[in-house]
Amino acid sequence: MRLLLLTVTLVVAPLIARAEEARSSEVNFARDIQPILADQCFSCHGPDEQTREAGLRLDKRNAALHPVESGSIAIIPGKPTESELIRRIESDDPDERMPPADSKKLLTVAQKELLSAWIAQGAVFDELWSFVKPLRADSPAVSNEGWVRTPIDRFIMSRLDKEGMTTAQEATRESLIRRLSLDLTGLPPTLTEIDAFLLDNSDAAYEKVVDRLLASPHFGERMALEWLDAARFADTNGYHLDNGRDMSRWRAWVIDAFNENKPFDQFTIEQLAGDLLPNATLSQQLASGFNRNHMINFEGGAIPAEYHNAYIVDRVNTTATVWLGLTVACAQCHDHKYDPITQREFYGLYAFFNNVPENGLDGNQGNAMPYIRVPDEAQTARLNDLDSQIEALVATTEGDIASIDEAQQAWELSLATPSPTNNDKSVELGTWYAVGPMIHPEGGQRAYKRDLGPEATPVDLAVEYFLADKTYAWKERRDWIDGQIIELQGEQAATYVYRTITTDKPRKLQVSLGSDDALKVWLNRKLVLSTDVPRGAAPDQNIVTLDLNKGPNELLLKVVNFFGSSGFYFAIKSDTATTIPNNVLAIVRQPREQRTPQQTTELRTYYRGNICQDPQWKEMVDRLAAFRKQRTEFEQTIPTSMVMQEMGQPRETFVLTRGQYDKQADKVIASVPASLPPLPQDAASDRLALARWLVSPEHPLTSRVIVNRYWQMLFGTGLVETSEDFGSRGELPSHPELLDWLAVEFQESSAPSLSGSATARWNVKALLKLIVMSATYRQDSRVSPDHLERDPENRLLARGPRVRLQAEFIRDQALAVSGLLKHRIGGPSVSPYQPAGLWEELSSRGDSSKWTAQTFVQSTGDDLYRRSMYTFWKRTSPPPQMLALDAPDRETCTVRRARTNTPLQALILMNDPTYVESSRMLAERVLTEGGSTPEQRLTFAFRLVTGRLPTEPELEVMQSVLQEQSELYKNETDKAKQLLSNGDRTWNSELDPCEFAAWTMLSSMILNLDETVTKS
Amino acid sequence: MDDAFQHDPQLGRDCYQKLIPYEQNSMNPLQDLTQLHTRRHFLGRAATGIGTTALASLLNPDLFGATVPTERQVGALQNLHFAPKAKRIIYLVMSGGPSHIDLFDHKPKLKEVHGTELPASIRMGQRVTGMTAGQSTFPCVSPIFKFNQHGESGTWLSELLPHTASIVDQIAIVKSMHTEAINHDPAITFFQTGSQQPGRPSLGAWLSYGLGSDNHNLPAFVVMISQGSGNKTDQPIFSRLWGSGFLPSKHQGVRFRTGADPVLYLSNPQGVDENVRRSMLDGVTRLNELAAQSFGAPEINTRIAQYEMAFRMQTSVPDLTDLSQEPQHVIDAYGIKEDGIDGGYARNCLLARRMVERGVRFVQLMHRGWDQHGNLPTQIRGQCNDVDQPSAALIKDLAQRGLLEDTLVIFGGEFGRTVYSQGRLTADNYGRDHHGRCFSLWMAGGGIKPGISYGATDDYCYNIVENPVHVHDLNATVLSCLGIDHERLTYRFQGRDFRLTDVEGRVVEDLLA
Repeated sequence: MRLLLLTVTLVVAPLIARAEEARSSEVNFARDIQPILADQCFSCHGPDEQTREAGLRLDKRNAALHPVESGSIAIIPGKPTESELIRRIESDDPDERMPPADSKKLLTVAQKELLSAWIAQGAVFDELWSFVKPLRADSPAVSNEGWVRTPIDRFIMSRLDKEGMTTAQEATRESLIRRLSLDLTGLPPTLTEIDAFLLDNSDAAYEKVVDRLLASPHFGERMALEWLDAARFADTNGYHLDNGRDMSRWRAWVIDAFNENKPFDQFTIEQLAGDLLPNATLSQQLASGFNRNHMINFEGGAIPAEYHNAYIVDRVNTTATVWLGLTVACAQCHDHKYDPITQREFYGLYAFFNNVPENGLDGNQGNAMPYIRVPDEAQTARLNDLDSQIEALVATTEGDIASIDEAQQAWELSLATPSPTNNDKSVELGTWYAVGPMIHPEGGQRAYKRDLGPEATPVDLAVEYFLADKTYAWKERRDWIDGQIIELQGEQAATYVYRTITTDKPRKLQVSLGSDDALKVWLNRKLVLSTDVPRGAAPDQNIVTLDLNKGPNELLLKVVNFFGSSGFYFAIKSDTATTIPNNVLAIVRQPREQRTPQQTTELRTYYRGNICQDPQWKEMVDRLAAFRKQRTEFEQTIPTSMVMQEMGQPRETFVLTRGQYDKQADKVIASVPASLPPLPQDAASDRLALARWLVSPEHPLTSRVIVNRYWQMLFGTGLVETSEDFGSRGELPSHPELLDWLAVEFQESSAPSLSGSATARWNVKALLKLIVMSATYRQDSRVSPDHLERDPENRLLARGPRVRLQAEFIRDQALAVSGLLKHRIGGPSVSPYQPAGLWEELSSRGDSSKWTAQTFVQSTGDDLYRRSMYTFWKRTSPPPQMLALDAPDRETCTVRRARTNTPLQALILMNDPTYVESSRMLAERVLTEGGSTPEQRLTFAFRLVTGRLPTEPELEVMQSVLQEQSELYKNETDKAKQLLSNGDRTWNSELDPCEFAAWTMLSSMILNLDETVTKS
Repeated sequence: MDDAFQHDPQLGRDCYQKLIPYEQNSMNPLQDLTQLHTRRHFLGRAATGIGTTALASLLNPDLFGATVPTERQVGALQNLHFAPKAKRIIYLVMSGGPSHIDLFDHKPKLKEVHGTELPASIRMGQRVTGMTAGQSTFPCVSPIFKFNQHGESGTWLSELLPHTASIVDQIAIVKSMHTEAINHDPAITFFQTGSQQPGRPSLGAWLSYGLGSDNHNLPAFVVMISQGSGNKTDQPIFSRLWGSGFLPSKHQGVRFRTGADPVLYLSNPQGVDENVRRSMLDGVTRLNELAAQSFGAPEINTRIAQYEMAFRMQTSVPDLTDLSQEPQHVIDAYGIKEDGIDGGYARNCLLARRMVERGVRFVQLMHRGWDQHGNLPTQIRGQCNDVDQPSAALIKDLAQRGLLEDTLVIFGGEFGRTVYSQGRLTADNYGRDHHGRCFSLWMAGGGIKPGISYGATDDYCYNIVENPVHVHDLNATVLSCLGIDHERLTYRFQGRDFRLTDVEGRVVEDLLA
C-alpha cells in the first residue's frame, strides 16, 4: 500500500493515486513501472542501440529476461531477489549501483519497492497503451442514472463514484450560454441570444443553442484558430530579416473547411497531401499548404542545404505532434530514448516530405516556391472571361485569313527564286540546339546562378554535361519555329538553347524574348540579359539588341524553370534585315503539296509572326497582346499561397548522422515506424499514402490524439494532459476508457441521434456536440474547499471547466461587447494598435525598403476591429498583447498553450488602446441603450460583458466606483475629453463628456474583471 | 559544501512541474487565499480612509529608493545545487559579431603575413559563408589598430578600448570561444537559447523559471536594445532571443524601452490619473474578491495580486528609469550624452545597474551594429565609442557599490570575424566575414577569476590551440556561477527533459574564482 501512495508524481494527481490504492494492490505496468523504467533506465537500456550499455534493454520483455553480455539476467519473473536489476539498484557499491552516480538519476525507496513487487508479480510488460488500437469499452454503471445525459457522463461519474465524490449541479443558463458561445465561436453571446435562451422553456432549448452555434460562420473561425497554432501559421518568414509572406488564402480554406464540417479524415488528407489527390482541385492544392507554414530563411551567406533540412525536420515534427501525438524529434539525432522510433524511422518519415520543388534559401520576395495563385470566385470569373476572349482571338489568328494567306503565297513565291532582295543571306539564323532540362537538386535558383556547363567556353555541341549523377547532351531542334512560344520541360531545371547567327558585316539586331521562368542570354559568351522573376512566357518580355560581329556569332540562352510549365519565345524585331531561318527556308522551297500539315502550320506561324505587315493582322495581334497583358496584370493581383508539390524525380533521403544536414549515412525510403500499422501494400509510398494511413481504421493514435485536443479545447486540459505526447513519457489518460470510447466514436460517428443529421465518420461537429451535450460539460464550475484540495486541477471533473480565455478571445470579446467588432470572415491580415517602434527597433536596417514587413503600418477603419486571428503575425516581433497572454510565438507547432497570470496582462487590459477604446464604446452603448437609472445602466453593462445579472453586493461596489469616478471627472472636461480621445473612433459628442468618462472607467473596470477574462 | 546546498535528488527532473500547475507556480494559492484576505481586509478600510499616495507606499514599502529586495518569488529550483557566487547577471550582447582580431586577440605575427594568402594548413577546408565562398583570394589582414599591455595582469588590448583597459584586472578575457554557427540568425539564437533553431527558452527565461524573482515590483528578466552608431545597416534581432520557448510565457524577457512607456502599456491612458486608476482598480479588486468567495477559485486571488503588482510597477518602473536621481558625476562616468549618439547603450548600462540594485535577476543589453563585412576600421571605431566607456563604467560602478562580487557581467557577440579580408584589402580599409572557429568575450564579477586571459588561438587568430570554450561550456559555467548544475535545470517538454546546454556543456573551472 505504501508503495502506491508514493507514486503520486507519476500519476496525474495525488487523488488519483489514492483511488488506485483503494482499488487494488496489484502493480500496473503502464501506471507504475513503465514511467520508472523510462525515466531512470531507458537512456542507457532503452530503444537507442547507440547508447545501450552492457547489451541490456529494458523496454522489451524478452530482451530484459534474456542473459546479457556478462551472462547475468536482469529480470527473472517471480524472483526479485535473483534478478540482477534488483541486486544492482539495491547495491551499496558505487561501482555497481544503478542508476550510476554520474547519470544524476536516483531511485526512491518507493520506486525500488515497486520494481521489486512488479518482478515478484511476474514482471508483466504491457505494450504502450497508446500504440494499441482503441476499443469501445462498455459504458460503466453509475450511482445516479438520472444525471447521465451521454455515455461520456457514465465514464466520468463512475470514476467519481469510486472516489466518493459527487458531481456539481448544472450551471445557470447564463453561464451555459456564455460557456458554449465562447467555446464554439470564441465570441460572447449577445443579450438577445441570452434572453432567447432564458425564455425558451422547451426541452430542446439547450440543444437549439448548441446547433445554432455549430452552424455559425464564427464556428469555423474558432476552430481554425486552434489549427493555426498547430500549423505554426504566421505572416512572416521568421528567420533573420523576417520578410512578409501571405498564407491568408490557406487560412480561409481552414475556416471554410470547419464551417462545412469537412470530415476530419478528408481534412487530414487535403492538409497533408491535397496536391497529390487525383486531378487535385485548386482548393485541394491550396489545403496542402499546411506544411509550408514553417519558417523559411534567406539570410545572405546561409547554406541552402542546412535550411532545406530544417524545413523538412519541421514538417516531420509538426505532422507527428499534430496527428500522432509523438515526439519523433527525439529520433532526429539518435534512436528515440523512450518510444519505439528509431533514427532510421525518423528519416523514413522525412523522405515523405523531401520531394518538394523548393529552395533552401527563399522568401526574399514574399511567398517561397512552390506557390500557386488562388483566385476567389469573382477573380476566377474574370480570369475565365479573359481566357475565353484570348482563346477566340488565338483561334482567329491561327485560322485561314484570306487576304493574309494570299500575301503569304506571294511571299513564298518571291523566295522560290533567289534574288538579291528576297534571299538576303546577310543575316543567317542557324538551327536551334538544346541541352536539358538539367534538374538541379538544390532547386531552380541554384540552377539559375551556377554555370552548369556551356557558359564559359565556346559551345561545343559534342560536349556532354554532368549534373547530379546525370549526363546531358545537345540535341538539334529543327522543329522550333521563331515567333511562337516554344515549350520546354522540367521543374527546378535549366535548359540551354543555342544557335549561330551569321552576318556579312557588323550590325545591330533587335530581338524579342520571353521565358518561363528565368532567362539568361549570352552573345559570344558575353552576358547580355539576366532575369529571375518567375513568369509565364510571352512575346516582348525582354527586347535585346544584339551587337553582331561579322561572321558567325554564338547566341546562348539559358531558360530556368522553377515549377509548372516552361518555355521561351524568340523573334527578330529589326526590319533592317530579312532573316529567314534555314529551317523555314527549307519548307518554303518544298512544293506546297509535299508539305506536311505540321510544316504548313509552321510556315504560317513564321510568316505571320515575322514577315506579315498587313494592318488587319497587326491590329489582331495588338488586340491579343493587349488581352494577354491584361490577363497577366490581373493575375499578378491575385494572392498566392504556398503549397506542397512533388518533384517528378524524388530527392534521395539519407539518415543524417547526429541529425547534421551534411553528414549523410544510409539511404532510406519513405516508410512509417514499425511499431505502428504498416502502410497499405498496394499504395505508393508518398505523402498521400501517409495521410491516408494516419486516418486509417487500424491506426491507434490519430483519433485519440484529435479527440483529446478537442477535449482540451473545451475543458482546458486534455484527458491526456500532455496532448503533444502520447509516448511513454507522456501523461497517462485520466479516463482511459472514455478516451478510447471517444476515439472510436469519432472514427465511426455511430450515434446519429446525438450527431444530428450527419452520420459521416470523423464528424467534428458531431463530436463537439456530443461533448457539450454531456452533463459533465454542463456542470457549475464553483468549487468547494474540499474538492479544491482533493482535485485542484479538476482532472476528475466533479465540476465544470473554469479557465482563463485565450488571448484572442479576450480581445474579441471586448470588441464584441462594445460593438466595435467587424464580423468579416477571412481576407488578408490586419494590423491593429501596437506601440510604435517595436518592429523597427529590432529590424531597422539601411536597406529595409528592399524587404516587406520591416516597418509597422497600423491599419485604419474597420481593419482595426477585426477578430484577433487576423492580426498580422510577425514572427520576430509578435503582437505584444497576444504574446503576454500566452499566445505561442508561432515559430514552431504548438498544440497546448500555457496559461499564466502576470502583471503585464493587467497593464494590457487597463492601458492598451484597444481596451480603452472598447471601454469607451461600451460606455456609449450603456448611455444610449442601457436605460436611464444608474442601476439599469450598471446592470446592462455588467450583463453585456459577463452574460449575467450582478448580485446586490456587486451592484453596490459598482455604484460606489461610479460615484467615485463621477466625482473625479466632475468639472474636469479636459481630462474627460482626453480619455474619450483614446482610439481612432470619434466619440459621441452629444453625451456629457464628464459623465461619459466616468462610465468609460466603469466599463474598463468590468472588462478587467477576472470573470470577464475567464470561461466558467 | 554547505548542507543547505546539498543535492536534492528530485531536482533537475520534472517533479516540480507536476506538483505546481502553471497558473500558480509563483505562489502557493491556498496559502495566498488566507494572506490575501487579511491584506485586502486592511486595504478595504485603507482605501476609504487615507489618500491614495500614502496607500501606494503602503502597498509597496520599498518603493521610494530603498534598495533592499523584497521577499523572493520562488522558482522551480527549491534549492540551489551549489553555493552561488552570483545572484544576478548583466549580459552585454554585442550583436553582429565583433572582431576579436581588432579588439582582444593580439597576434603580432599577423604583421608579417599581412596581405598574404591564408595558408590551406590554417583554413583546413572549413566551410565559409556564402558571402565569401566565391572569393578567389583570402588575404590575411593584420589589424590597423595598435595593441598595448595594461594593468598588473599585462593584458593586451586594442587602442579602441581605452576604458576597458582600465578594468583589465577585474575581468577575465576568454579568447577561445567557439561555435558551429556561421550566420547571424542561427549563431545569436544559439548563444541566447542553446540551439541554432528556434523554439528553446533563452538564458534569462531559464533563470526566471529556475530561480524566480527577487523583486515583486519588477520583472525577473529585462531586455534593453540599442542601435550602434558604427553601422546602421545592421543585422536584425528577434524576440526569441529573450523568449520563453516552451517555458510558460511569463518567463519571457520584458523589453524596457526609452520614452514615456519604459514597459509596454505601463502608463495610464491619457485622461486617467492616479486617483482614477486607484478607484477603478479598487473596484476590480472588490468585485474579484466577491467572485473569489463565490467560486472558491484560487486563481482569482492570484489575479488580484497581479493587478496590485501592475499598479506598483506603474510607480516602481518610472522611479527605476528616472536617471535624474543620479548625480552628474555618475552620468558623466557612463558617458551618457544628451544627443543619444551612442544609440542609448550608455543609458542602458546605468539602468542595468539600477535594475540589479533592485533585484532584477537578469538584465540583457543588446547593442547592434557589429557586423563589419566592409569598412571595418571606420565602423568598429564607432561601435567601440558606443560601448567602451559605459561598459567599463558599469564594472567600476558595480564594484564601488559592492555589487560586482555577486553580479556576473558578460560582454560578447555571437561569433568573431575572419582573419582574411572580405572584399578588397587596401592600406586603410578592409572587411571581415563571420568566423565561429574562435572568438573572444569577457566576463567579470560574481564567481569569475579577475585579471586573466583564458584559452589561446593560433598565430592567425583562426583556430583554437588551447582550452577551447564552446557556447554550451560558457552557459554551463554561467549557470554554475549562479549555483545551478546545468544538467539539473531541466524542463520536460514533449517527453524530453530539456536543458539550456542540450546534451553538452562543461563548466570551465579555470575561469572560476
